Amino acid sequence: MRPLHHTLGATALALAALQAAPATAQPQTAQPSTGQTGPDPALPQPRRGLLPNMTIPRPAGWGTERPTVPQGYTIQPIATGLRIPRQTLVLPNGDILVAEGSGGKQAPTVRPKDFIAGFIKSLGKSSTPGGNRLTLLRDADGDGTYELQQTFAENLNAPYGLALVNGSLFVANQDALVRFDYRDGQTQASGPPELVTDLPSEINHHWTKSLAAGPNGEFLYVGIGSNSNITERGMAAEQDRAMVWRIDAETGAHRPYATGIRNPTALTIQPGTGQLWAVANERDEIGPDLVPDYLTSVKEGAFYGWPYSYWGQNLDERVRPQDPQKVAAAIRPDYALGSHVAALGLDFSAPTMGEAFAEGAFVGEHGSWNRSDPVGYKVVFVPFRDNRPAGPPVDVVTGFLNAEGNARGRPVGVTVDPRGALIIADDLSNTVWRMTPAR
Amino acid sequence: MAATPTPRSPTPSPTRPPRPLHPLHAILLAFPLPLFLGALLSDLAYNASFHVQWANFASWLIAGGLLVGAFAVLWALIDLFRTRAPARTRAGLYFAALLAMWVLGFINALVHAKDAFAIMPEAIPLSAIATLLALVAAWMGYSRRPPRETA
Repeated sequence: MRPLHHTLGATALALAALQAAPATAQPQTAQPSTGQTGPDPALPQPRRGLLPNMTIPRPAGWGTERPTVPQGYTIQPIATGLRIPRQTLVLPNGDILVAEGSGGKQAPTVRPKDFIAGFIKSLGKSSTPGGNRLTLLRDADGDGTYELQQTFAENLNAPYGLALVNGSLFVANQDALVRFDYRDGQTQASGPPELVTDLPSEINHHWTKSLAAGPNGEFLYVGIGSNSNITERGMAAEQDRAMVWRIDAETGAHRPYATGIRNPTALTIQPGTGQLWAVANERDEIGPDLVPDYLTSVKEGAFYGWPYSYWGQNLDERVRPQDPQKVAAAIRPDYALGSHVAALGLDFSAPTMGEAFAEGAFVGEHGSWNRSDPVGYKVVFVPFRDNRPAGPPVDVVTGFLNAEGNARGRPVGVTVDPRGALIIADDLSNTVWRMTPAR
Repeated sequence: MAATPTPRSPTPSPTRPPRPLHPLHAILLAFPLPLFLGALLSDLAYNASFHVQWANFASWLIAGGLLVGAFAVLWALIDLFRTRAPARTRAGLYFAALLAMWVLGFINALVHAKDAFAIMPEAIPLSAIATLLALVAAWMGYSRRPPRETA
């Protein structure tokens, strides 16, 4: 394993390019370090050498391979050749909408580091331009083959979050929440969308706007990521960032619902309770085992620490000026998923997914870069009991890294089809996968 | 065999002082000191104000000092090989000071690649030492005397 370092200067850039060579003989997706998952993760002391640890699994493609699924399940690609699929939505008639796009392009290069880090991270991504569209997939005869694949809407701006409620299809672009009328069976939007409200989009370091519709459709929740790793773009850039907005679906009026969540990359409503849940990506560059990404119920009015502290009240010394009052107010998330796994997808399961996955949540883990030993690159299941996480995460869909440590794909959004299927968007191989219990 | 007349042959006498820096070498050498000093002042400003733009300024100033300074280091190295004793010692010291400045500057650049206040407390002493080494190297480089006028 050769860690890939990012450094300053042209010579360093050349060096970095050399070191970005495929990682050697890496066993299939390392587990997060011991004690890094669950409600009470081990938190080592922050540390960071002169060079941060980095390993970028290079794109390898699937070829004839497929992701690995548990015994008794099968997985099929149901759409290929997409343009950066991120999140999916299962419509009432079983059609699937796929949001395709890639945002954050306007984030300025403010330091020499940004050049180099941007180049290095790009090595682990698809070179396909984002589609800025929604693609509709339809399996009319229910044979598991989605024979129809067509553009539902285009000219969007890095669409990510999707929600359907009361005949309205809401799409969270990287700069705005928009609304389409939707009637059952429609295969194409009837016109351009109408604006619900603009969303914070200046810089857009973390550009993905996650979305969930509240139980009765009165409110929408939008997750807005921070504009930096840890305030290195200045405090002013963090206005209206690192929070979840609650938006009135009718008027577009918004207010912060929960704050201090560094990058809430997926939101969903828990069936039965109506509670909002999120997965969030935590900060980098204070060690391979800091800070755990997490799954949490999102409590109204709560502050989750970013940027001042992490996992409750653990002070982050990199932030100036400090704010002891905010630190004192910070609460802990519910459940750690492991540091740097990059959780980007979340959906609650249904009994149709089979006994093993009857109660709990699926989480798509895009995979790490800020760590010498890659983690994530898989879909896990967090079992729940009495509506709370209960027990360690279980691997569900794996094989995204090959034996050489290169990436065949990278999972993003996960969506449970109530008919009994898990839909997984893979933004590296530009594929949508569908895992079903074997019949 | 007739003796070769060499009236213009500039065989340097052992006591002859080193030639002054080539103008381009002098221009390259002029960059690191003000750039590293600017980085030091920017670091002090960031430390006092917490305005991260000062840290960004410092990053670019250091990168500039390293970029131009690298050519000065290279030139000094080539000069070192072309210089004979006893001026060689002096050329060696000049090269060593310049190289130390560049290495310190590079470490400083890596420190400045950390996010936000993570560059502290190392940034200020590193910028100060790099500035001091740039001063020493420039002093040594520019204090070479021009050759004495010969009749």
